[in-house]
Amino acid sequence: MSKEKNAMPVQDPQARAKNFDEVALGYTEEQAKSEADRCLNCKTKPCKCGCPVGIDIPEFIQKIKVGDYEGAYRVISQSSSLAAVCGRVCPQETQCESKCVRGKNGEPVAIGRLERFVADWHNAHKSGEATRTPSNGHKVAVVGSGPAGLSCAGELAGRGYEVTVFEALHTAGGVLVYGIPEFRLPKTIVADEIENLKSRGVKFELNTVIGRTLFVDELFDDGFEAVFIGSGAGLPNFMRIKGEDLKGVYSANEFLTRVNLMKAYREDSATPVKRGKRVAVVGGGNVAMDAARCALRLGADSVTLVYRRSEAELPARKEEVEHAKEEGVEFTMLTAPVEVLGDEHKNVRALKCRKMTLGEPDASGRRRPVPIDGSDFELQADVVIAAIGTSPNPLIKNTTAGIDVQKWGGIITDENGATTRDMVYAGGDAVTGAATVILAMGAGKDAAEHIDVAIKAKHARR
Amino acid sequence: MYKILEKTSLNPTVSRMVIQAPRVAQKAQAGMFIILRADADGERIPLTIADYDRERGTVTIIYQIVGATTRRLDRLGVGECVCDFVGPLGRPTELDGLKTVAVVGGGVGCAIALPTAKRLHELGATVHSVIGFRNKDLVILQDEFAAASDVCELVTDDGSAGKKGLVTDALEALIKAGNVYDEVIAIGPLVMMKFVCKLTEKYGIKTVVSMNPIMIDGTGMCGGCRLTVGGEMKFACVDGPDFDGHKVDFDEAIERGRMYAEFEKHAYEKDCNLFGKGDNA
Repeated sequence: MSKEKNAMPVQDPQARAKNFDEVALGYTEEQAKSEADRCLNCKTKPCKCGCPVGIDIPEFIQKIKVGDYEGAYRVISQSSSLAAVCGRVCPQETQCESKCVRGKNGEPVAIGRLERFVADWHNAHKSGEATRTPSNGHKVAVVGSGPAGLSCAGELAGRGYEVTVFEALHTAGGVLVYGIPEFRLPKTIVADEIENLKSRGVKFELNTVIGRTLFVDELFDDGFEAVFIGSGAGLPNFMRIKGEDLKGVYSANEFLTRVNLMKAYREDSATPVKRGKRVAVVGGGNVAMDAARCALRLGADSVTLVYRRSEAELPARKEEVEHAKEEGVEFTMLTAPVEVLGDEHKNVRALKCRKMTLGEPDASGRRRPVPIDGSDFELQADVVIAAIGTSPNPLIKNTTAGIDVQKWGGIITDENGATTRDMVYAGGDAVTGAATVILAMGAGKDAAEHIDVAIKAKHARR
Repeated sequence: MYKILEKTSLNPTVSRMVIQAPRVAQKAQAGMFIILRADADGERIPLTIADYDRERGTVTIIYQIVGATTRRLDRLGVGECVCDFVGPLGRPTELDGLKTVAVVGGGVGCAIALPTAKRLHELGATVHSVIGFRNKDLVILQDEFAAASDVCELVTDDGSAGKKGLVTDALEALIKAGNVYDEVIAIGPLVMMKFVCKLTEKYGIKTVVSMNPIMIDGTGMCGGCRLTVGGEMKFACVDGPDFDGHKVDFDEAIERGRMYAEFEKHAYEKDCNLFGKGDNA
């Protein structure tokens, strides 16, 4: 049996660097079955322990082996509401696949690719209404329709709750629609997953900003017995350097929202975005990779990633870094921005940078970047994108009594996801600060289980 | 979808719409704004809440046709719907404790200044309004302002209605006549607000301005609307849109407002070419 994964067909790097179509093309049935055959069907299921939502991985892979793809989908659905999304964007190398026994002597089973195959097969072949769990008569409100909220809503709907998801934007999906680009996660996939939730009874109220349009207290007045806050970490950090207000400086959130949510990559879009010829992206996470690859696809001649540590410390997924390099993104490591320089019309003309060297490890355990005196240089650029992290949006904290937050803004919860206010739960980036899609989903799902327990306990006491 | 219940033309390029949006109406206060998308392919644009009726569940917006999106919005009629309408956003204007106030409105900014003047009038404050327009054809809401003000000065650039001159001329005349204001509230084009602030700084009168930078989400998630106020970065959508005018870096705001000027011009012309003929048919 092969020691390596069945390769995933991908678009040619030259071609894909010019379009927004999905890069990875997905397995054929034949490839999926061949990959499924690599699974040893371990009794101990170490892979399952590596999955933040605990999908019974060997069980669904066994069904692929015999061609029961719908059965495989049902197995995944017991644990995950967003299989087509997770199969694409999870960092499997640090989760399920890192625990796979086959990885000890070769490559692990391509669990993510198989999950994606099963979900895509389901979405292509599904017919009629999904099975709805009969209502248990209890209502729960979910604030935010990102991965945490969707996962919480899906889990609660499966337990018979009447769930309403409140979303501030005009499209549901959170970071899945405004952040992660089309070429990594096609928006029709997200829309399909939202439709799946709707067919299972979840209601969506868009254009509703909790903390402005409605307050958390009013949700209780409206008969919701519990509230889950999955409002994410959407507040962008800026570089706090001179010249940041020049025309052509974007937060990654703004750039990606224009490109992804508002579809500014299309020539006929009503929303503008500045298409830079020379683009500098500051940061080294997945968001920085997404922004850099979008900038390239918008027609930039050069896109340079500026990161203050070395390549070994890049927080982005290895696969994303490789994809970015294949497409032509240039990596300028051990470099920090010092000032954005502008022309007489206040347009960006360059990013002044300083070379760094690595010193002693800091609190995060990574070696601290130390500036090298006299090493300043100018990087020519007409667009600069700051992708240096986000913090939780303070809107809900500022408008809701009794919800305590950390100094840096994260909502404080106990091990059950309960906040300091009775029957208000929270999870995902709103609690942890910017993290991953699947961790948010895991938090949403866990909170749903504890909300279920809490509501049942309240009614048992009566 | 949010139904258009009324639509009236205030002047050749400015219209008023009353939109059914009960939740927004419930929470709306003077100084807050909404973001709308006229249609499913549209961009998100911010517009200040010009009026609201909590009982009817309606919100009034007043917009000037300045580009492709406001033109597309203006093609919608009574009974039709705007696709998305979210709010109320931003912080309400702080009016508590104000006894004598000068409210200065410029152009379509008068639509935003009117609810503030009305609210102050209701609260029992003495309200002096100064409203300015380019010429008599563009004058809007004159009667409404008169009704909400103790003194209402109308000025036009060319003198075709009211007094000839700029709002700063009329405001300075009021100040020189001995009127003492707790605060000046100025709403209009950035250049107008900048010069009102220069004037009031000279006289040491606190001045609040309503900023109108480019916005997308309007909820604080992107920083596209960032401004420098007192040397600090602020997001107009969540920290404002009202700010202490003497602390705002207007020149920076004016430059940032022009960021997409070419794109906007192109979109407007393309839109005119697509639909212009149909309008005349």
